[in-house]
Amino acid sequence: MSKFKKKKSGEMPAVNTASLPDIVFMLLFFFMVATVMRQNTLKIENNLPFADQVDKLDKKDLVMYIYAGKPSENYTQYGNQARIQLNDNFADVKDIAAFISAERATKREELVPYLTTALKVDSDANMGLIGDIKQELRKVNALKINYTTKKGSVLTNN
Amino acid sequence: MAKRAAPEVNAGSMADIAFLLLIFFLVTTTIEVDSGINRKLPPMEESDEDVIIKQKNIFTVLLNGKDQLLVEENIMELKDLRLAAKEFLDNGGDKSCSYCKGKKDPASSDNPDKAVISLENNRETTYKTYIAVQNELVAAYNELRNERAKSLYGKSFAELEENYKDVNWPGNKESLKKKIDQIKVDYPQKLSEVQE
Repeated sequence: MSKFKKKKSGEMPAVNTASLPDIVFMLLFFFMVATVMRQNTLKIENNLPFADQVDKLDKKDLVMYIYAGKPSENYTQYGNQARIQLNDNFADVKDIAAFISAERATKREELVPYLTTALKVDSDANMGLIGDIKQELRKVNALKINYTTKKGSVLTNN
Repeated sequence: MAKRAAPEVNAGSMADIAFLLLIFFLVTTTIEVDSGINRKLPPMEESDEDVIIKQKNIFTVLLNGKDQLLVEENIMELKDLRLAAKEFLDNGGDKSCSYCKGKKDPASSDNPDKAVISLENNRETTYKTYIAVQNELVAAYNELRNERAKSLYGKSFAELEENYKDVNWPGNKESLKKKIDQIKVDYPQKLSEVQE
């Protein structure tokens, strides 16, 4: 019977951590897949407004992004009025036409009509700037736009 | 010579390496927002002839620089806008619209096809208020379309559109497209924008 006698040691057996790497790898892969590397470094505050009647923007490669908002803390030398950002730099309203045609040139010709312009505008920006942007977009015939918003109720969040 | 087992590689630090990577990706991940309100801008060409729309067919929404809302000459709270817009669109004043459930008030819009919502905003209006108003107006249209689709096909308009986008949807896409277009004809989205 002594064969089955338990070893009498007071210590708890160590928890087997051999599968810990597997779990961590699983998480790792999830985040690797879910990660979208930021295309642009934002130099502006970009706190999007809320809306609930939203459509999804699919076909990410057919979207041109125009950002607007107040320059963020590190760029206060650009003033405290809302400004436009295209790619990585501050821009003027008149630069939009050039930006759109540059973006169009990178896409295949048959896809150009499907291009959408996503306006990512800070909630505190005023509509004057947006109106100017829209006017400029009309001039270059980029008529499909999308006001990017967060999902949430308008009445409670704004 | 006796076969010697290869010494096992110590994998104890594998977790540490994986953790390191994991933390890197955790920190760099920004779940990008990719949804919003889709709109179409009017084309640039200016038509010389003025389109004459009867005053009663225009639903004027005015947003001033202090984010206050004036709807049809009355000050209104944002929360009441959706209902007011729905009532206006669904009024059916000339009785040609058989599916309208509105009050048939002759002083309000003739039918959904003629009804136009005009949104006028000031340069000083903040973007979030503008989006909120846009959202409410789009919601009014969407609700009417949903109700119409429910009564016609037993499914809401949102569901129909979702089915249409879904590649795995088993039904007939052609007839679905027709249904969607029919709803869009019944309640066309006529939203015009002006900026002072």
